[in-house]
Amino acid sequence: MRYDVFFAGYGGQGVLLAGNLLSYAAIHEGKNVSFFPAYGVEKRGGAAMCTVVIADGDTGSPVVGHPSVSVILNQLSWDKYADKVKEGGICLVNSSLVNLEGVSLDGRELLAMPMNQIAIDLGDVRMVNMVACGAYAAASGALPLDSLKEALKDALPERNHKLIPANIQAIEAGAAAVFSARKA
Amino acid sequence: MSAPQKKFVKGNEAVAMAAIEAGVQCYFGYPITPQSDIPEYLSRELPKAGGTFIQVESEIGAINMVLGASACGVRAMTSSSGPGISLKQEGISYMAGSELPGVIVDIMRAGPGLGGIDASQADYHQATKGGGHGGYRIIVLAPNSGQEMYDLTMLAFDLSDQYRMPAMLLADSVLGQMKESIVANPRPKAELPAKDWAVRGTGGGAQHVVKSLYLGDGEMEKFHWKMHARYQELAEKESRWEEYQTTDAELIVTAFGATSRIARTAVEMARAAGLKVGLLRPITLFPFPKKAYAELSARCKNWLTVELSTGQMVDDVRLSVARDAEVDFYGRPPGAGSLPTPEELFEQIKKHF
Amino acid sequence: MKQVFAKPVSLKDVQTHFCPGCHHGSIHRLVAEAMDQLGIAEQTIGCASVGCSVFLYGYFNIDVVESPHGRAPAVATGVKRARPDRIVFTYQGDGDLAAIGTSEIIHAANRGEKITVIFVNNTTYGMTGGQMAPTTMPGQKTSTSPYGRDVTNDGKPFKMAELLSNLDGVTYAARVAVNSPKNVLQAKKVIKNAFQYQVEGKGFSFVEVLSACPTNWGMNALAANERVGSEMIPYFPLGVFKNTENL
Repeated sequence: MRYDVFFAGYGGQGVLLAGNLLSYAAIHEGKNVSFFPAYGVEKRGGAAMCTVVIADGDTGSPVVGHPSVSVILNQLSWDKYADKVKEGGICLVNSSLVNLEGVSLDGRELLAMPMNQIAIDLGDVRMVNMVACGAYAAASGALPLDSLKEALKDALPERNHKLIPANIQAIEAGAAAVFSARKA
Repeated sequence: MSAPQKKFVKGNEAVAMAAIEAGVQCYFGYPITPQSDIPEYLSRELPKAGGTFIQVESEIGAINMVLGASACGVRAMTSSSGPGISLKQEGISYMAGSELPGVIVDIMRAGPGLGGIDASQADYHQATKGGGHGGYRIIVLAPNSGQEMYDLTMLAFDLSDQYRMPAMLLADSVLGQMKESIVANPRPKAELPAKDWAVRGTGGGAQHVVKSLYLGDGEMEKFHWKMHARYQELAEKESRWEEYQTTDAELIVTAFGATSRIARTAVEMARAAGLKVGLLRPITLFPFPKKAYAELSARCKNWLTVELSTGQMVDDVRLSVARDAEVDFYGRPPGAGSLPTPEELFEQIKKHF
Repeated sequence: MKQVFAKPVSLKDVQTHFCPGCHHGSIHRLVAEAMDQLGIAEQTIGCASVGCSVFLYGYFNIDVVESPHGRAPAVATGVKRARPDRIVFTYQGDGDLAAIGTSEIIHAANRGEKITVIFVNNTTYGMTGGQMAPTTMPGQKTSTSPYGRDVTNDGKPFKMAELLSNLDGVTYAARVAVNSPKNVLQAKKVIKNAFQYQVEGKGFSFVEVLSACPTNWGMNALAANERVGSEMIPYFPLGVFKNTENL
């Protein structure tokens, strides 16, 4: 199998950390991974994007024109990239920051959830990337949640390992949000 | 035996890890995006491995330190990108003229001039045709994955020592910045010639001189023919390439480096659509694997070269294929937003059916 | 019969290509004598530069690496870092060291590379035919300053020994001349000191040697030798400008 996902937001939302987490989880699963980052010159506030390809065999192109899943964390990314999701694919959107009007996603599944709010409710808006990762894993079936949780210690620097329990909560909350969105 | 532990690292870090595994003793470099992870990694790890790291005042200084260390017979390297590689050309020419090994890593960025930090393949000519003065060539290896950033770095050291020529690892900012899962293989065993030419202090024995000045009648000409023969031997023994789905192909796409990864997915899309398309990827750019092109084009006459430039490798492709083969070109010159997608290349492929 | 004078064993028994009255021969000899006295020739690696000094390997019985123009201090850095137990020196002219190679010399000095630099200042580009050098004297006519060096256009000559003595990485910086027996004896002592520092692992040592270039100065050997004393030494004073270890 080959899974690809495109993450986009602004610098500071933890887009690159999210891509790293998915990559480590995939490695735990024995898969091959390509993580291709792209970001502006600024450390904070500029555009931040990454593509992760997970495959049993060759990962192939690190560049994906029409991703099977896109995770969109801010308005600019929604306006620019949401409609690139491929036919039959999934678009996960952070509805806390995105006004969904103006882009049509016919033939694709739209899963909108207030990722910022979910993170805030858990105690820190900075965990929005973890909510997104949990949501991605649940929506795509690409990775078991346990692998994601396991990978936290690889993806986070040692000094942040104390935050692992909170991040696990955020991952679970993101997954739960997908289940309730799909039930609705 | 358990499966080897995979590491998840940037391409640039893979290069630095491999250099240490290959026994590099001296690294000399200067910061430039998108390759600075290499000096950053080596500044941290090389001293622990007993090696020397110097952040030099310029790329010119750096390549000349490589020259000096290499003249002593130790493994030495430098790394840079476009503007810095241009500055290193003087030293590379002197190293070629002095028959010195040494590894130069070029993580290509957009140019000319300051250009930008996006991926580029527009330094193909500079790398493969001898970027400095005097009519020399260097070994040029083109990885297309994190694993190859690692493996080909080690190969670059071996080939460079074997043939007494500088060797360049030619990658781009996609390969340098991309993180992939790799296996940190141990340094392969290689039977390499003794460096009995190196300067070491005579110790009372014969004088060793490392030089590129040849003033005697016929000396310089002789040197050129000797190197010419070495380049031919290199082509015969060390040409490397990869073929994918070429056996029944009616169109062969050819690309190197990151572009070959995008092209491979495009070829898969074409196959899924029932189009008989294959991929030929040169791994050595010098020597260019001419034989592979000649043999495949004896049967398949339709070719599509894809590059991140307005067309450079395509010249070598056209010189290598059978005379009746048609070589089409699709290029995206480097710069922000110019990386082609597999879907885009698939559209180009479809035009040939 | 007791032998009182001989060619240094560090020098090959060959004729040099240097012009009559050129000081390179004397300077080569002093470097060789220092190596003989310290017994280091067999463990020394020389870094030749571009210019008349390029043929170092033709005259010295030592291993030599040829460097690109101006880059000898960078090449020597590579050599010394690869072989820290060896004695490494550069032998450079004024165009090489003080023009195209200013970046390399200043940074090698500032890093305190444990190498010795012999800098031959003859106020001109010798090998290329007498063009203006960074050390060409004010008013001096050369093939590229036919009206004399105009300091308002070209600046004043570089005083490299003084300049480098300001860098913390430099252990020893001196200027000597070989235009008289007295100066030769002093030069011999200073050059030996410079190598002695390296033998003791004490850091960057630099010796500027004022030198005659009769051919490009358009003078005979005697007049050129005179000029070193009458014109050069007043502008480029002899002396030890830095000596942190007081050898």
